[in-house]
Amino acid sequence: MSMRIICCGNPERGDDSAGALVAARLRELGVEAETRTGEAAELLEAWRGADHVVVVDAVETGAPVGTVWRWDRRHARFPVRSCTSTHGLGLAEAITLARVLGRLPERLRVYGIEGRRFEPGTEASPEVKLAVEDVARQIVAVAVSSTS
Amino acid sequence: MTGRASKTIHVETLARVEGEGSLYIKLTGDRVADVKLKIYEPPRFFEALLRGRHFSEAPDITARICGICPIAYQMSAVHAIERALGIRIDPSVRLLRRLFYCGEWIESHTLHVYMLHAPDFLGCQDVIAMARDHREVVERALRMKKIGNRIVQVLGGREIHPISAAVGGFYKVPTKYQLREMVGDLEWALEASLETVRWTGTLEFPDFEQDYEFVALRHPDEYPFNEGRLVSNRGLDIDAAEYEDHFVEQHVKHSNALHSVVRGRGSYLVGPLARFNLNFDKLPAAAQQAATEAKLRPPVKNPFRSISVRAVELVFACAEALRVIKEYEPPALPRVEVPNRAAVGQAITEAPRGILYHRYAFDDQGLIIAAKIVPPTSQNQRRIEDDLREYAARLVAWPEEEATWKCEQAIRNYDPCISCATHFLKLTVERGEAERGKANGL
Repeated sequence: MSMRIICCGNPERGDDSAGALVAARLRELGVEAETRTGEAAELLEAWRGADHVVVVDAVETGAPVGTVWRWDRRHARFPVRSCTSTHGLGLAEAITLARVLGRLPERLRVYGIEGRRFEPGTEASPEVKLAVEDVARQIVAVAVSSTS
Repeated sequence: MTGRASKTIHVETLARVEGEGSLYIKLTGDRVADVKLKIYEPPRFFEALLRGRHFSEAPDITARICGICPIAYQMSAVHAIERALGIRIDPSVRLLRRLFYCGEWIESHTLHVYMLHAPDFLGCQDVIAMARDHREVVERALRMKKIGNRIVQVLGGREIHPISAAVGGFYKVPTKYQLREMVGDLEWALEASLETVRWTGTLEFPDFEQDYEFVALRHPDEYPFNEGRLVSNRGLDIDAAEYEDHFVEQHVKHSNALHSVVRGRGSYLVGPLARFNLNFDKLPAAAQQAATEAKLRPPVKNPFRSISVRAVELVFACAEALRVIKEYEPPALPRVEVPNRAAVGQAITEAPRGILYHRYAFDDQGLIIAAKIVPPTSQNQRRIEDDLREYAARLVAWPEEEATWKCEQAIRNYDPCISCATHFLKLTVERGEAERGKANGL
């Protein structure tokens, strides 16, 4: 089963660049990944037709910065709001809306990287950069096992 | 409510507007004592970032200001720089730029009409609640938005952060075949847009009209996107180069964003209502007819009806996209050579939310010395506060939760595009002494 990897966020806004950094690292490791803003309608379209989807986004849950948080669709509901929401509709809304419309991929896993600063023009925190490496390696492992 | 009672509506972070904003309204008795719309706005950061960069980088750098309207930023940037240098673009490039803007308007207006604004009128918390009761409407919205995305993808080179727009033209232009592939979808989208006008016409609108100064571009032959003089219903008629003589930005303590005002007059309104009222005669017949059937006749002065006016602009954008595709012949050269020389140039284009002003000054190496960007939301900000001042006075007797929702809806009339950022809805309401006593049965 092929896997679609969708990395969300605004690379210009500090820790919100976590998704874009994971995508860049995955490409270095030879794994294809898409980058998206994270807007809900765009996400519903991005995962259309895919059975196995992995989404990476920055999150803000109050956990220590750099904490990696995982969720998959077997869980009843998506417990946090994502950070990268443009126009107020982001990953959390995309998942809920997809569930209502019957458009949730059969297998959907989300990696959230806890962020702290989201100001324009800032770099990702060092803790987020470490988490990016960790998440990229976890996704590569999943990608390898799904193709083998 | 007694004369001594006071109520504060405080929405720390506004939902369903793009980015970070908050609202503070203080009601004392039946009087609105204070209105503060606080906005965090990123263009100032980008103005600084542009200094020292070559002008050819400006379209791509400014496109990153907003995830929803990157084309608007690219278009204002390329036109300002081309005006500075006296560059004339190929007529086919001009057509493609109109098509590019059609794509962005379709994406942006569909998102706002259906997913952000409609839930207010249907009494739904959000589009997810709306999808449960009005599934076919949300499905229609998703398909329409996808068609807008497709135009942006074909012309921009990719779906997000489009990269093909260049000073002097495009880095790469599509073939006729690539554009014609979209005709079937656009014909469907045109019908869906007409249905959108009919559907929004069935919604109930509050009885609220204001005496606005409407400001929009006006072109002799076209509904405006990239070109035209800046006009208003109060006699303004200027070139983009004169913009800063007539509009001033004022610092206000409570907001990071600057408030724009018309010199000597005050607040003004930009966006769909202004464009529609000042350019109704330039809309294609199908859009005019749809508007008339929905009882929309200029001047529309009720900001809540902007949802219907956006729907009319969707009809225009789909019809215009089909016209452009029919007429398109690829240009001989995708872009003309652009020399380096010291110059200053300004341009105004019509972003989905209203006029977007850019000014650049660069040196003889083409390096940017100064940049100024005035986005539509900062131009509407004072006007939104003025609307709230009038509207909130009618809400004094309403329960707090409903009054707050109504105020948020009044803000969403403007589709404020603030920034791309985190936001959570946190609501704080403080009551005055008299009312608290009443609530406790004292």
